[in-house]
Amino acid sequence: MTEMMSMEVQAERPLGRALDRVDGIAKVSGRAMYAADYRPASDLAEGFIVEAPAAPGRIRRLDVSRAEDAEGVIAVLTSANVPEQRTYGAPEDAGRFTQSHAVLQGDRVRHVGQPVALIVARTLEQARHAASLVEVEIEVDAEGGIFDALAHEDLAFAPDSLDGADDADTQKGDLARELAGSDHRVGATYHTAMQHAAAMEPHVSVAEWDGDQLTVHMGIQIVASAVKAFATTLQIEPEQIRIVSPFTGGGFGSKLGIHSEAVLAALAARVCDRPVRVVQTRRSVFVNAPHRERHRQELELGATADGTLTAIRHDNLAGMARDYAFAEAPASPTRASYAAPAIHTSHRVVAADIPTVDSMRAPGEAIGTLTLETAIDEMAQACGMDPLEFRLRNMPDVDPVSGAPFGDHRLESCLREGAQRFGWDGCVAPGSRREGRLLIGRGLAAAIRPNMLVGAEAEITLSPDGRFHVRTDMTDIGTGSYTILTQIAADTLGVEPGQVVTELGDSAFPKSSGSGGSFGAASTGSAVQDAASNLLSALRDRCAALGLDGNGALAFTLDSVRLGERSLALADLVGPEGMTASGSIDPDDFDTGQAGYSYGAQFAEVAVDAVTGEIRVRRLLGVFDAGRILNPKTARSQLLGGMIFGIGAALMEEGVIDPRSGAVMARDLADYHIPVNRDVPALEVHMLGASSPFANPLGAKGIGELGICGAGPAIANAVHEATGVRPRAFPIHLDHLLPNLPPV
Amino acid sequence: MTPLTLTVNGIRHELRVDPRRSLLDLVRDTLDLTGAKKGCDHGQCGACTMIVNGRRINSCLSLAVSHDGDEVTTIEGVAARSAGEETSTADAPALHPLQQAFIEHDAFQCGFCTSGQICSGIAALEELAQDLPSLVTVSGEGFRNVEDADALLEEELRERMSGNLCRCGAYPNILAALRQVMEAQR
Repeated sequence: MTEMMSMEVQAERPLGRALDRVDGIAKVSGRAMYAADYRPASDLAEGFIVEAPAAPGRIRRLDVSRAEDAEGVIAVLTSANVPEQRTYGAPEDAGRFTQSHAVLQGDRVRHVGQPVALIVARTLEQARHAASLVEVEIEVDAEGGIFDALAHEDLAFAPDSLDGADDADTQKGDLARELAGSDHRVGATYHTAMQHAAAMEPHVSVAEWDGDQLTVHMGIQIVASAVKAFATTLQIEPEQIRIVSPFTGGGFGSKLGIHSEAVLAALAARVCDRPVRVVQTRRSVFVNAPHRERHRQELELGATADGTLTAIRHDNLAGMARDYAFAEAPASPTRASYAAPAIHTSHRVVAADIPTVDSMRAPGEAIGTLTLETAIDEMAQACGMDPLEFRLRNMPDVDPVSGAPFGDHRLESCLREGAQRFGWDGCVAPGSRREGRLLIGRGLAAAIRPNMLVGAEAEITLSPDGRFHVRTDMTDIGTGSYTILTQIAADTLGVEPGQVVTELGDSAFPKSSGSGGSFGAASTGSAVQDAASNLLSALRDRCAALGLDGNGALAFTLDSVRLGERSLALADLVGPEGMTASGSIDPDDFDTGQAGYSYGAQFAEVAVDAVTGEIRVRRLLGVFDAGRILNPKTARSQLLGGMIFGIGAALMEEGVIDPRSGAVMARDLADYHIPVNRDVPALEVHMLGASSPFANPLGAKGIGELGICGAGPAIANAVHEATGVRPRAFPIHLDHLLPNLPPV
Repeated sequence: MTPLTLTVNGIRHELRVDPRRSLLDLVRDTLDLTGAKKGCDHGQCGACTMIVNGRRINSCLSLAVSHDGDEVTTIEGVAARSAGEETSTADAPALHPLQQAFIEHDAFQCGFCTSGQICSGIAALEELAQDLPSLVTVSGEGFRNVEDADALLEEELRERMSGNLCRCGAYPNILAALRQVMEAQR
């Protein structure tokens, strides 16, 4: 039986197969080499960051003499002796990932926790001890700093650019008129929390110089832009830099760009003339890696008596880290989810003296669906409608704000299939479903995430050993890149995945999309498919030139190629060097003017303790449309992981900045709570699986961020049904519920 | 420097170590066994979990010098611990059944927490087999004797694995891998 099943599996084409991860053995045996595991040939020195205790201001006194005299210390880097770098943030017109990430520059300190010195010592214990001997005094600016952006709305401005969107504001239709003419209006102010990616691998770089050539082993999501960032910061040529990142221990946006430990390692390795490793401590990661900013979101909705939306207003306010241009777009899903004659959205930011703010998994949608889908639920209730029916009634025919036609639109399919699988049977009166002292509630929410395609290149070599080597600087941050790229190449070449070896994460390889924005699989995958197709053509031509021509597919074994009854020795075909072909994807070729989104519908059941207010998720089910599924096993894991991020956003994750001092107060995994195994119930994931050919040659859409979208609000809506309390702030705390819980 | 004798994955080491060095740093940076990971250095994430004298511990929270004479198993040694000396090559290391189950159930994504999860899981299954209680164990009863053992077992496994964080969210798959190994052991 087992044998028959495995034969069936083998008969499937490689792409679409639920293949085990090709890097699975390396990961379960501890052999996968992450950056901190890399051992240079010569003695590795350890770097330890000394942080600014206060900000914003200037360093009044920095005494490193005791640290310099401490046992094992090789050097102490400060602004006094650090090699010259380009001014932080320059050039202004470069993207935020490629502009200068200079450190220890001058005496200015932008935020609490920013590095003011780096200790380099022979061992970590020595470096850590020496760091404790540094004396630093900061003269905080007389006017103080802005740490609570929401309390400084008078300083708010529209950001020049908004992440993933063209405009900070959009105004479709006459909002005032539509609201005035509506039969039902709901509106509320919501707060979503500061969040941290909290990837399990802390940010880490091991830098070494060979003459004027710099090699950095690091955990990174996008290799090519990291090369540019080093080149800009250190004022050297990109050709002098090699980034190596075969495995990255999670990113979730926080490793899109490089951070202070990377530049510090490169500078220290230069100064000390030996390899230097700088691993951020977990506490450092919370201030020296980016976070998702706290948002105030105002939503106002209007609808007619029959439950047709007439107006949506979604206004946002958040902090922007001073001198780092990034603004998140929580109204992104509001611009795309539901039809309404009037949709007005805005985003305002306040420059604040806080650590870097940047993308975290599903920027925009993660916290935008949290509020929008809560408001939609409230409006359904106001209209006296089932929230499923209400959503179905307001499905758009075209992209609601841009007016562009949809490449495809499967939100309704997700909602209907989800309802059927979950057993959605309408709402009950809040607080009316009970099991002993538990209040039971069910809720649903829609999920949406823009689909993107970015440029990528790859190459494939058929080596004399009979294996196809795929090479691209793409990263696998846990997403399954190694596996799906192997499958794509094997599928196109007509071989089994075992005959393909995929090598990633090296800037010596062709430039890929990198991992971010859920665009990696489709973008780099399309480039790999193109390379495989080009290689196959070149091989067919060469076979023909050697007399092996005719119809039918070439069949490759490890030492020969066969066409029909005839064959050629592989050595004769590819020679000692092997044969290589390149491939690429140009997003302009797929710019069809259509709006593309991945979709989903999430259904949750929660139990709320009527005495304590404790919320437990009992069930979470998602039905998703991410186009063609390249590998159902790894795709499912991406969605599961996203849904669990959604549980965290709804119930646990909350970063805190002290509004008086600017210090990040939740700086470790005991204070910043992410879901643990026991917080996660049996999750159910279903994928529609239909291809989306408009999006890219593979027909796949983004999946890595989709699962988080809609998961949180499904839980929030379930909490409302359980308790009658409508959550307005996330994460939902017990004390939000306690004053208004139904009687025990 | 303090003298220390330690057996790691069956190999005895005579060492002189900085008394400030954690067991994790010793194993990773002195012995160059880099499978165990440092995720927090605070005992909060479990990525550094090792099995010491049969019990799982957060090796980042334990000074190396406090382990004189101890027997340590890391991810590099779990396969041998389960099956004795099996043939293992660079390309195809012998795997513990839980390692194999992790692959089959896709019980990891980025892989950074995985060494800790597997060491923790192996030790957790041994704790269950020995009827050692956890927070959710019904007092005085082994979990196998309780009604609705299946649901309780799930809760036991989730509870026992909650000291090992996974930001990629592989928890349901980790649970499935553990259950498969547990059922095979019965």
